[in-house]
Amino acid sequence: MLLTAREVHKTFRTVGGSTVVLRGVDLSLDSGQSLALTGESGSGKSTLLHLIGGLDSADQGQIFIDGADILAMDDAGRAGLRRGTVGIVFQQFNLIPSLTVASNIAFQARLAGKYDADWVDVLIDRFGLTSQVAKYPEQLSGGQQQRVAIARTLASRPRLVLADEPTGNLDEDTASNVMDMLLSLVTEAGAGLLMVTHSTALAARLDSRVHLRVGQIE
Amino acid sequence: MIAVTFAALWGHWWRSPLQLFTLLAGLALATALWSSVQAINAEARASYDAASATLGEVQFDRLVHRDGLPIGQDTYIRLRRGGWLVSPVIEGRIGDVRLIGLDPLTAPGGMAPIGWSNMNDLQDFILADGRIIAAPDVVLDGVESDPAVAPGTAIADVGTVQVLLGRRDEFDALVVRPEQPLGQASLEEIAPELTRQVAQSGSDIGRLTDSFHLNLSAFGLLSFAVGIFIVQGAIGLAFEQLRGTVQTLRTLGVPMQFLVLLIVVELLGLALIAGSIGVGLGYFIAALLMPDVSATLRGLYGADVVGTLELRPIWLASGMAISIGGTVVAASTALWKLSRMPLLVGAQPRAISVIAGRGEKAQAAASAVLLLVAFVLALTADEILTGFVLLGALLIGAALGLPIVLRVLLDGVAQYSRGVIASWFWADTRQQLPGLSLALMALLLAMATNVGVSTMVSSFRLTFVAFLDQRLSSELYVTAESPEQAAYMVDFMTPQVDAVLPIMSAQVQISGRPTDVFGARNHATYRDNWTFLTAGLTPWKDVHTNDAVLINEQLARSADLQVGDVVSIGEQPLAIAGVYADYGNPIGQAIIAEYLFKILFPNVLPLRFGLRLPLEDVGAFVEGLQSEAGLPASSVINQASIKAYSLAIFDRTFTVTAALNILTLSVAGFAILMSLLTLTAMRVPQLAPAWAMGLTRWQLGLLELFRTVMLAVLTGVIALPLGLALAWVLLAVVNVAAFGWRLPMFLFPWDYAQLGGLAILAAGLAALWPALQLARTPPADLLKVFSNEQ
Repeated sequence: MLLTAREVHKTFRTVGGSTVVLRGVDLSLDSGQSLALTGESGSGKSTLLHLIGGLDSADQGQIFIDGADILAMDDAGRAGLRRGTVGIVFQQFNLIPSLTVASNIAFQARLAGKYDADWVDVLIDRFGLTSQVAKYPEQLSGGQQQRVAIARTLASRPRLVLADEPTGNLDEDTASNVMDMLLSLVTEAGAGLLMVTHSTALAARLDSRVHLRVGQIE
Repeated sequence: MIAVTFAALWGHWWRSPLQLFTLLAGLALATALWSSVQAINAEARASYDAASATLGEVQFDRLVHRDGLPIGQDTYIRLRRGGWLVSPVIEGRIGDVRLIGLDPLTAPGGMAPIGWSNMNDLQDFILADGRIIAAPDVVLDGVESDPAVAPGTAIADVGTVQVLLGRRDEFDALVVRPEQPLGQASLEEIAPELTRQVAQSGSDIGRLTDSFHLNLSAFGLLSFAVGIFIVQGAIGLAFEQLRGTVQTLRTLGVPMQFLVLLIVVELLGLALIAGSIGVGLGYFIAALLMPDVSATLRGLYGADVVGTLELRPIWLASGMAISIGGTVVAASTALWKLSRMPLLVGAQPRAISVIAGRGEKAQAAASAVLLLVAFVLALTADEILTGFVLLGALLIGAALGLPIVLRVLLDGVAQYSRGVIASWFWADTRQQLPGLSLALMALLLAMATNVGVSTMVSSFRLTFVAFLDQRLSSELYVTAESPEQAAYMVDFMTPQVDAVLPIMSAQVQISGRPTDVFGARNHATYRDNWTFLTAGLTPWKDVHTNDAVLINEQLARSADLQVGDVVSIGEQPLAIAGVYADYGNPIGQAIIAEYLFKILFPNVLPLRFGLRLPLEDVGAFVEGLQSEAGLPASSVINQASIKAYSLAIFDRTFTVTAALNILTLSVAGFAILMSLLTLTAMRVPQLAPAWAMGLTRWQLGLLELFRTVMLAVLTGVIALPLGLALAWVLLAVVNVAAFGWRLPMFLFPWDYAQLGGLAILAAGLAALWPALQLARTPPADLLKVFSNEQ
């Protein structure tokens, strides 16, 4: 199993009190499979994605990626996981404004020591970014920026792709187009895809779906 | 990983050239101002070392005449025969050149100019008949140049110098070798007229000028602090804009410690570049200022310092170190905040706002503590070091408190504002304050320093002019070359003038302090013109009838003497009848009656005289003096010339201060410009809603301009009392500790108004360009704000 989450709990403590976000979530995903994670706002979808990506730590439970318990890892271990095994696509794109499109796409692959120029060229071509490679992110439209973000994630050939509302900032046509490319490339690479989304239509395009309600899977 | 991450970080500077320029320029300016002062200090200290080494004042004891008279060759021979290993020294001036005669055969090792390895060098050069070696700045025919010789100085064999000075068979001092034979006869037996000066007991020019250099260093540090405000502003803004990139890099798998390390390396690289530029710029500034510093030190302390500059490793290293240190200081807070930034910032907005609130509270607390320290020190400080600590606490405390005071003021104004635009403007100004506060703090420091230093200098000048009028009351001053000529001149002059007032002095110790004692004639010139800081009812009468003494403020303060106390000159006990101001004199001075002076110092004969005569007769009298008495023109000087000369020295003394003042103000203006320029790009999202609601772009631009000028005015209003407090500290604490005299403080409202106008103009000019940029922002850019929000 590529991803296994067991009894994951998470509570946010603030000055005003504490909020329980996840209440014992179990989840699994195999390589080559895609899973949609749906739920209302505040149901804990993004929090669960962040925990699986090693961006935050759970209060209780276990999360295994390729057999390694990431909740037992320190910060450096989780950073290494994000460099080599997991790729994350954010709703806000999170491109590096000081780098060109080409450098942004190559960035994570170089960081992970997996840079493959031919593969990057393929991605640039498939995402229709050939004429944009010398531009900076601020010179691109939202759809183009999201395509760059997905290409960057896929360039390092991650085993697991985590996507947090990857088309939430895009119009319907662009969103559909971007999703086509994401799904086909993930399938080709044999990676697993876990995607947070509000969209029922989008969720229906994935292999399976789980729904979160008040921090628990229905 | 290093290369790609570094490329992403460096790309920020590459894409924000203005920020990079601000950082480099701020750091280079700060380093330049600091290292220029260090260069000047290093050069001056090297000159003092050279001078001390040449005369052996610091290393060796010296025998000098008790009455300050020359030592005869016969005395020297008697001492040598009595077993005393002494070496003669003669010193005089030819024009501006200090001429020193040494005896290479008897001089102790270490008396050679610094840089000469041993006495063989000295012997080699002097044994060549009549050879004279001089510092490179000495331009005289027939002398050889050597950089090891102290500036303004020429060295030759004692015999050669005796001939050149026309003083055959006499010396000024005998240097005592450290090793002396046992059983030598006592000095009292062989030469009772001589006294032994212990090494270091004389006027060490290095110590005398320490306060001047400390003053310069303080100014350099202040300028550096103003520059560091710019750097801190630039780094703070850059890090703020880097937060997104840093967060992305972390989500992509770059560890935070690695990122911090890379950022530190990047900043250190920038510090090295800016430091190199700054040191070069500092050298240029120092080279420009050095001639004035040199003139100041010569005029104020009699210290010869070269007017040119050498590259010295110590200040090169100090410049680079301060550049790196300044970067570390400026970046540490921003870097710490960045390193503590949560990976998922959006999850904890409240925590961040709480931290920001804590920051302001911490700043207010630090300000309050520093101002309290300043208050306590204002009541207790009596040394230079505590005086400067007081200055530092006062200035930094006030600077830290400025944003808080401004915010409170803005809150107050906002409460009373009417109309929607006014309400928006005040709220928006309050929001802008954190971004501008570092630049405004720099402006506050620069303006307060200007007010403080200009008040001190102008008060000093006003007092000094009145002091000159009081002290230089004789219309003419003449100097004879010998006692015989003096006697002839007195006979010649007495019938032609109202009064001939001899000026005679001897060096003594009063209460353990080296003091020049003068004998004053009983004449109305003194009674009518001299004013006292403290005195009995009839000080001059007491001096002339009751064997009393008048002392200067320096002696009174250093020896803790007051009117009524009794001091001794030789064996003679004298009551102090008055204490007078004696600005510009580094050592103690005392005045006794002429008759008493003649009793105590029978061998001192007056060679200088002050002459009282009607002003309209001065021209004819001087002509007669030259043609009939044969006195050369150089021996006669009128009162106006001395005053002009003294004021010229005074004004030159503060040229450096004025130059540093202007530089500091310029740096503050630059800080405002850079802050506004870097903020301009960030302003668009804040101004777009106001534009969308009906304000024109030009109105927005004008409001930006008004905002900056208004903040500069408020800062100026706060800077004025701070500057006056600074002036008080300089006059009442630092000056007293450094020079031994206290100056009265005067206020110069017109000067302050001019300075305020200048600062507002600088702020207005700095704000003009950014305001124009905002006024010309294309509507498309403003619209983009709303499209991004969707």
